[in-house]
Amino acid sequence: MTAVQMRAKHVTRRFGAFTAVNDVSMQVQPGEVVGLLGANGAGKTTLIRMLLGLIAVTSGSVELLGGPPDRERRRRLGYVPQGLGLYGDLTVRENLSFSARAYGAAEPVLPPALTAHADVLVRELPLGVQRQVAFLAALAHSPEVLVLDEPTSGVDVLASAALWDTIRTQAEHGAGVLVTTHYMQEAQQCDRLLLMSNGQLVAQGSEADIVGSTTAVAVHTSDWAQAFAALNAAGAPVMLEGRAIRVANASPAKLQEVLNAAGIEATVQPVPATIEERMLVLARAANAS
Amino acid sequence: MFGVRSATVRFGHTLALDDVTVEVPGGSVVAVVGGDGAGKSTLLRALVGEVPLDGGTVEAPPKQRLGYLPASAGSWAALTVRQNIDFVAGIYGLAGEELTARRAELLDRASLTPAAGRLAARLSGGMRRKLGFIMAIVHRPALLILDEPSTGVDPVSRIDLWRLVSEAAASGAAVLMSTTYLDEAERAAQLVVLDSGRILVHGSYDQVRAGFAGVVTQTDEPVRAEWAWRRGRAQHEYWPGADPPPGTTVVAPDLEDIVIALSLVRRNEVLS
Repeated sequence: MTAVQMRAKHVTRRFGAFTAVNDVSMQVQPGEVVGLLGANGAGKTTLIRMLLGLIAVTSGSVELLGGPPDRERRRRLGYVPQGLGLYGDLTVRENLSFSARAYGAAEPVLPPALTAHADVLVRELPLGVQRQVAFLAALAHSPEVLVLDEPTSGVDVLASAALWDTIRTQAEHGAGVLVTTHYMQEAQQCDRLLLMSNGQLVAQGSEADIVGSTTAVAVHTSDWAQAFAALNAAGAPVMLEGRAIRVANASPAKLQEVLNAAGIEATVQPVPATIEERMLVLARAANAS
Repeated sequence: MFGVRSATVRFGHTLALDDVTVEVPGGSVVAVVGGDGAGKSTLLRALVGEVPLDGGTVEAPPKQRLGYLPASAGSWAALTVRQNIDFVAGIYGLAGEELTARRAELLDRASLTPAAGRLAARLSGGMRRKLGFIMAIVHRPALLILDEPSTGVDPVSRIDLWRLVSEAAASGAAVLMSTTYLDEAERAAQLVVLDSGRILVHGSYDQVRAGFAGVVTQTDEPVRAEWAWRRGRAQHEYWPGADPPPGTTVVAPDLEDIVIALSLVRRNEVLS
């Protein structure tokens, strides 16, 4: 077992004049589940494609399982894309034997939850079960590092808990896991988060570290429809939260001014932002620059 | 009030909706949560009139006062953003200066003005959902039905979409939207959790929390595996009636814990 399973050192990738990934350094260690967050176009996919050796770096270096990401090392990797990569016209058992042979691994034993579905065509199964099958296929060759793209999106909470149990079991056995996502619920399951924006790694650590000092504003008022209309007309990024109003990326004093001008009584208070709101602030800053 | 009462829908031997009652008051957002196959789309399509009920009743406005964003596309790929809007607006009899003004207003609200001349096929996922939303709301419907408006949408566009949905509710529309994301459901005035065609729990987030009985504990070694689930490195375990053993750490359950615990109650009932 190598000390670090994936590493990027000052990695930059340019496509013509466009810099997709800009001086990013990161690593994934054995036994940890790292979440890679970022809006569309932040550079997540380009970074992963470099880590896997699917495209070259412009500068800097990447390491997979202690060396360059070549074919031999990629065999020791498990990857579950968002589209799952299963054959809908094959049964569960046929899919699993196909992928096991492709990796030269033994066919995986079906867990109790999947035995009833063994001879069912994959396309006839609910999404949660399909995801379990995709995991099983990706894990048959005991990969040392796992890359998962939004592994639980679209499934119900029980199916999602079962998938996270599978992911955690792999990590406990020493696999390093990199999860790309832009969903809060998935981010909260990770040990450590990395946030990319505009090609750069802009924050890392816990959820609190990612949000940093970014705040949103909560507006409480008995006259929420009026308050909403006034703030919306003033161009604030408003949304409803139950019967309260939440504004991302705004100054409480300015909102109070707008409400006062409209003659609406309301309390205005800063609250910690969500990860999504942090991404919105970063995206607006990137657009402005 | 719009909604469905004791709605039951069968597809062959599958009970897609089983005695479901949901009310959608004007001026608020009701979120239907559940995974793939829970019955969300069937419920929404029953309200739109696309799926006939086998039992129960539907209360919905006539078509010209109804707005619907289906789970798929919602726009025509070979038309531009502007053509898509104009086509749908034409169906509702919107034309001339009224259409020009309404189109400009909606494009601006959705930050789509710069993309007005672009083919729908060439929009990003988030932009395409926002276009679908505009098309569903162009005629100012009294009931707005949105099937997973935010699925596959990037986080920044998701905030935009929530603003648009909020705006529709704030101007008086009754909004029913489905989602697979619990954080979105938390934000709605009312949430309805569906599981295999049945309502697992409903109410405001505060009501759901207040009505949740039993205790959730955090542990590395769950006592009863069939009542435990993963949360990060640790596991959570549900104690529906009896108190947990002494010395265990009790946690304040969030919506995810509550929905999992209630799903386990149903599953363990079925198994026993």
